[in-house]
Amino acid sequence: MQPDKIELVCPAGSLPALKTAVDNGADCVYMGFRDDTNARNFTGLNFGFDNAKEGVRYAHAKGKKVLLALNTYPQDEGWQRWTKAIDNAAELGMDAVILADPGLMQYAAKTHPDLRLHLSVQGSATNYEAINFYHEMFGIQRAVVPRVLALAQVEQLMAGTEVEIELFGFGGLCVMVEGRCALSSYATGDSPNTRGVCSPPKSVRWQETPKGLESRLNGILIDRYDADENAGYPTLCKGRFDVQGETYYAIEEPASLNTLELLPELVRMGIAAIKIEGRQRSPAYVEQVTKVWRQAIDNCLRDKSTFAVKPAWMTELGKVSEGQQQTLGAYYRPWK
Amino acid sequence: MKLALGPVLYYWDRDTMLSFYDEMADAPVDIIYLGETVCSRRHLLRLQDYLDMAERLAAAGKEVVISTQTLIESEYDVKTLRKIAENENFRVEANDMGAVRLLANKLPFVAGSTLNIFNPQTLDLLAGLGASRWVMPVEMSREALVSVLRNRQSGIETEVFAYGRLPLAFSARCFTARHHNLQKDDCQFKCLDYEDGLALKTREGQPFLTLNGIQTQSALVHNLIGELDTLQDAGIDVVRVSPQAHHTGEILRLFREGMEQRLTSAQALAQIEGLMPAASCNGYWHGKPGLDFIRNNPLATV
Repeated sequence: MQPDKIELVCPAGSLPALKTAVDNGADCVYMGFRDDTNARNFTGLNFGFDNAKEGVRYAHAKGKKVLLALNTYPQDEGWQRWTKAIDNAAELGMDAVILADPGLMQYAAKTHPDLRLHLSVQGSATNYEAINFYHEMFGIQRAVVPRVLALAQVEQLMAGTEVEIELFGFGGLCVMVEGRCALSSYATGDSPNTRGVCSPPKSVRWQETPKGLESRLNGILIDRYDADENAGYPTLCKGRFDVQGETYYAIEEPASLNTLELLPELVRMGIAAIKIEGRQRSPAYVEQVTKVWRQAIDNCLRDKSTFAVKPAWMTELGKVSEGQQQTLGAYYRPWK
Repeated sequence: MKLALGPVLYYWDRDTMLSFYDEMADAPVDIIYLGETVCSRRHLLRLQDYLDMAERLAAAGKEVVISTQTLIESEYDVKTLRKIAENENFRVEANDMGAVRLLANKLPFVAGSTLNIFNPQTLDLLAGLGASRWVMPVEMSREALVSVLRNRQSGIETEVFAYGRLPLAFSARCFTARHHNLQKDDCQFKCLDYEDGLALKTREGQPFLTLNGIQTQSALVHNLIGELDTLQDAGIDVVRVSPQAHHTGEILRLFREGMEQRLTSAQALAQIEGLMPAASCNGYWHGKPGLDFIRNNPLATV
C-alpha cells in the first residue's frame, strides 16, 4: 500500500508571503504576475519577472514547488500578454501553470510541451467529463474543483478520471461556481473572468450615515452596520439584502471555509492537494494558516484513524477568518 | 439575422410549459432552445417530454436545439447529459465542457455562453470540435466581440443574449430554498411560486438581483432591442430572447419587426417598455457595468 500523502498549497501574493509559506511548511506555493492574467489582480500584489525568479529560486532551494496562476480568460486585445506570461513561466522553471482558458492551454501544450498544466478552479469543471476533456485535449494533470460539490460528489468525480484533484481547504469562500459568476461585472464592470477582480476596491465606498456605517459598491448599498457590528469588505455576495421584506444574508454570510475536520476523509479519498485561499492576504495570515495546516496534515499522515482537530488550531484559524466565522461550505451537503 | 428563443430559465408547471410552447410554435421565431438548464430537481417535464415538444416545434418549422444543464454535479446529471448527447434528431447546446466532450466530433453543436469563449483561439478550437454556433458570454462587450470576430479563422455563427434578465451566476446552493429556510434537498419546489424569479433588493429598496433557485439573475432586463443596428454591424447571426412569464410572444414580434426595419429602434424600445417585468439595462454591450443603460441614439432621447 502507498503511504498516505497530500500536498499543502499556499498563497503567495508577494515575495515575503512566499518565503513565509515555504519557511512554515508549504509543499507548494502559488503566485501570479502583476497584471490581469490572474484572478487576484489587485494593486500592490503579485510578482514582476525578477521577483518571481527570486521566489522560484528560494522555493526550489528548499525543495518546494511553485505554481503560477494564469487563470483569467484572455481578452483578444491582450492575447500576447497571456502567451508571454506562459513563456515566462517556462523560462522561470515554474513547476506548473494553473489555467482556465482552452485557447491558452492549447498554446501552452504546443509551445512548451514539458510545462505541467493544472486546470484552475476558474475553469468551472465540476464533473469528470469536463475534467477528462481538458486532460485529453491538453494533457492537464491536476484539476482544482469549484467549491460547490459535496464530498460524496467529489468522490464520484474522482472515480471517473485519472487526473489529480486539488480542493480548497481554507479561506475565502466563493458561493458561486468559479468562472460562472458575473455578479461583479454586473455591478462594477470588472469581474474575475474578464479583469481578474471581484468587487474591486476602486468601486468601494464607505459612508457614515445616521442609519449606520454603509458599504457601497459602485453606489449599490451592499450592507449597513450598527455601531456594535464588525464591518466586512463589501464582497457583493456577502451583503445583507431585502427579499420579500426580510433583510438577511440572502446569498452567503461572511465566513471562511475551513475543512480541517475533513482532513482524514480527504486523505482517504486520495485528494492530491489542499489549497489555501488568500493571495490578497498578509504574510502574517500566510504564516498562521500554513503553520496550523502543516501540523494538522503531519498529524493526519502519521495516523488518520486517531486524527483529531486541536482546539488551538481552530482558535488560530478563527482569528484570520472572515467575520471570525467558519463553515464547511458545500462539502457539507445541508449547507446547500 | 435570425431570432431565437432561449430555454425557459424558471420553473413553471407542466400545463403552463405546454401551452407556452404551443403558442411559440406560431410565434415569429426561427430557433427554439429547449430543456432544463438550471436545476436537476425540476422534474415536471422530463427529457422525453422535451424531445416530444421538440418534434412538435420542428414540425411547425422551427429549428430546435436541446440545451444542457449548466452545473453538472452528480452522476445522475452526467447520465442525463449523456442521453441528450446521444439523441440523433436535434442539435444540442453545450453549457459545460463535459457536454462538449460528449458532443465533440459528432453532430454539430452550439457552444453555450457559460463556456466562456473570450478569444478567437478558443472559438476556433471549439469550431474545430464541431461547434457550428457559439453564444457569447453575457458579460462580453461589443468591442471585445468585434475583435474576436475579426481575428477568428472559422465561419461559426455568432449568437447574442439580447433580451431578458441576465443569468449572472450559478451556485450549488439554492437561494430560493434558503429564503424559505429550507435545504436544497427538501426545497418543496418553491421555485414554482416565482414565475419570473424572486426579487432581491438592497436595504434602500433598489432592485438589484433576481433569485432563481441555484441561478442568480439581474433584476433589470438586459435589452438590446434599441441596438439591433449595432448587432447587425458587429456581425451577429442570431439574436436570443429569454422567455418571461408574460408577453414573450409580443416581445418576439417587436424584435422581428425591429430586425426587419419595420420599426425604428426608438419605436421598438418605446413599445417594449410596457411589456417588461422591470426596467432595461444594456451596459455590458457598451463595455460598462451590466446594470447601466445607455441610449443607442442620443437624438432618440427627449
